[in-house]
Amino acid sequence: MPLAETLTSVPVVIDDDKCIANKGCTVCVDVCPLDVLRIVDLADGTKTARMTYDECWYCMPCQADCPTKAVTVSIPYLLK
Amino acid sequence: MDDICEGSTTIECDVLVIGGGTAGPMAALKAKKENPDANIVLLEKANVKRSGAICMGMDGLNNAVIPGYATPEQYTKEITIANDGIVDQEAVFRYASECYEVIQELDSFGIRFQKDENGEFDVKKVHHIGTYVLPMPNGDTVKKALYRQLRKARINISNRFMATRLLTGEGRIAGALCVNTRTAEFLVIKAKAVIMCMGAAGRLGLPTSGYLYGTYENPVNSGDGYAMAYHAGADLANLECYQINPLIKDYNGPACAYVAGPLGGYTANGDGDRFIECDYWSGQMMQEFYDELQSGKGPVFLKLNHLAEETVSEIERVLHIVERPSRGMFHEGRGTDYRKQMIEMHISEIGFCSGHSASGVFVDENARTSVAGLYAAGDMANVPHNYMLGAFTNGCFAGKDAAQYALNLDFAKFDDEQIELEKQRVLAPTKRSDGIPPNQIEYKIRRLVNDYLQPPKVTRKMELGLTRLAEARDDMENNMMVSNSHELMRALEVSSIIDCAEMAAVASLYRTESRWGLYHNRVEYEGKNNEDWFCHAILSKGKNGDYSMRKKAIKPYVVDIEEHEASAYDNQRFVAEESVTS
Repeated sequence: MPLAETLTSVPVVIDDDKCIANKGCTVCVDVCPLDVLRIVDLADGTKTARMTYDECWYCMPCQADCPTKAVTVSIPYLLK
Repeated sequence: MDDICEGSTTIECDVLVIGGGTAGPMAALKAKKENPDANIVLLEKANVKRSGAICMGMDGLNNAVIPGYATPEQYTKEITIANDGIVDQEAVFRYASECYEVIQELDSFGIRFQKDENGEFDVKKVHHIGTYVLPMPNGDTVKKALYRQLRKARINISNRFMATRLLTGEGRIAGALCVNTRTAEFLVIKAKAVIMCMGAAGRLGLPTSGYLYGTYENPVNSGDGYAMAYHAGADLANLECYQINPLIKDYNGPACAYVAGPLGGYTANGDGDRFIECDYWSGQMMQEFYDELQSGKGPVFLKLNHLAEETVSEIERVLHIVERPSRGMFHEGRGTDYRKQMIEMHISEIGFCSGHSASGVFVDENARTSVAGLYAAGDMANVPHNYMLGAFTNGCFAGKDAAQYALNLDFAKFDDEQIELEKQRVLAPTKRSDGIPPNQIEYKIRRLVNDYLQPPKVTRKMELGLTRLAEARDDMENNMMVSNSHELMRALEVSSIIDCAEMAAVASLYRTESRWGLYHNRVEYEGKNNEDWFCHAILSKGKNGDYSMRKKAIKPYVVDIEEHEASAYDNQRFVAEESVTS
């Protein structure tokens, strides 16, 4: 059966200017109970966090524990 | 990212605790305290720092039995009645007798509980009979406080490993098989005792929003513990007693009548009138809730807009920082304000969770399951209505007993074939280059659960449900594909979800009566039938590998229930005083 890629808007947004993944920080990735965040490379060679899997319980540890307040959680579109 | 690597490691420990949420950390701490020389491993599929149902803390204790406010006898009686009598009271009574020590211990960890101006615990009444609700002003610190204790006690924590099956040999527990959620590498853990603290089956029904992860429970709690216990041959009790909770519609988090109730808030119908006497969650209360939703007076609302500004602010302060803090954002997005509107409520999807109902892996007052050396505590064990404090307290019992059990005991010998078979099962979806991804199979299973298994329960529908689920199982076993190790974790969770769905149907078909209000409302068998069904319904793995059901007698009560008391939870409908007209 062929597979399709369907776009999904995700509820966790990272402010790349504030994110310090480049300095080795992985706090948001570590604390997510669903393990949906990952550190990714940006075009300029620096790193940032990204919500990679659309499996969010809008529970907030990523936002609460981020040392630079770079993470914003919103309510997933389907239920907001 | 999340590439699938081959590989397998074997480690040994005295006591393996699976699940680092609430019960698990406490079980590990107590096992270590009981035997400081023991090697304790705490395994977690996420990260212990923020894992489990209470990742953002908890607003209060819902079942604190505090001397001067309540007695163990009174609490045992209340829970027995709320659970329609289907209780082995020893476990509830032991919990009620020892939970105060646990409260004091949590207090020493830095988790504070609300006190009045005289320095006494400020306990509130929410239940029908007794007074057990104790607010936690800094309840957002629970997980951090627990983590500090785990570090101090030097517990070996192993994050990102998901246990998939238990190992057994010589008629007892031998360990567990695990897979890394980031690499798909195997970990074989040989253990003398295993304590399962793996949470509820919270991803069983589909929420009305249709979002797979918009569940009432933390969706990480996918019922893995129930499935693993079943496959290891353990007894599971009363799975037909589902969990269904009242909640804020769409947001799907608790409306928190326990917080708002003592301050004057209540559950109201569309007219703004009370329709239930008591906001404590029970099957009988949920039946009234369901009836009101379906009636011309529906839907149902949380009513706070009659309260003073300072009271509403206090409720918001608690509800919007602890447990489910995104609740405030949700209301803001909808333009709803507790001061102005009533908040629309609904009922949750079905699940298994003894935290609020009663079903689960059968345990005794020492948290022992029916498999020697295997323990269960928290939402997955069948001690009824045990909430967070029950998870902590029963976790303590499990930790102490497991450490004793493991003392002077060798590892059980087991057949290596168990490992090879499990590796094949786990890795099968990684070997396919074509097929159906786990999220689609999960959606279908959970949609079938809603269509066929949620109450009111109808025999023919549940039978059809089992047929449809068998088709989904065939897809899962022969056609599911994953492209990385994260998806593999989801695929393994799907396997737990379908096991739980089938167990829910089989157990519901077996008990041919109605009990626990909405939780087991079997339309063709109206009312309780105490003559035939005043017993546990036990599900286990039969000789031919199929689901097997049997009755098990309820142990003689420790605390007697008078006949006139037994019906205290049956009459939940609020009867307004007749207005006097002149």
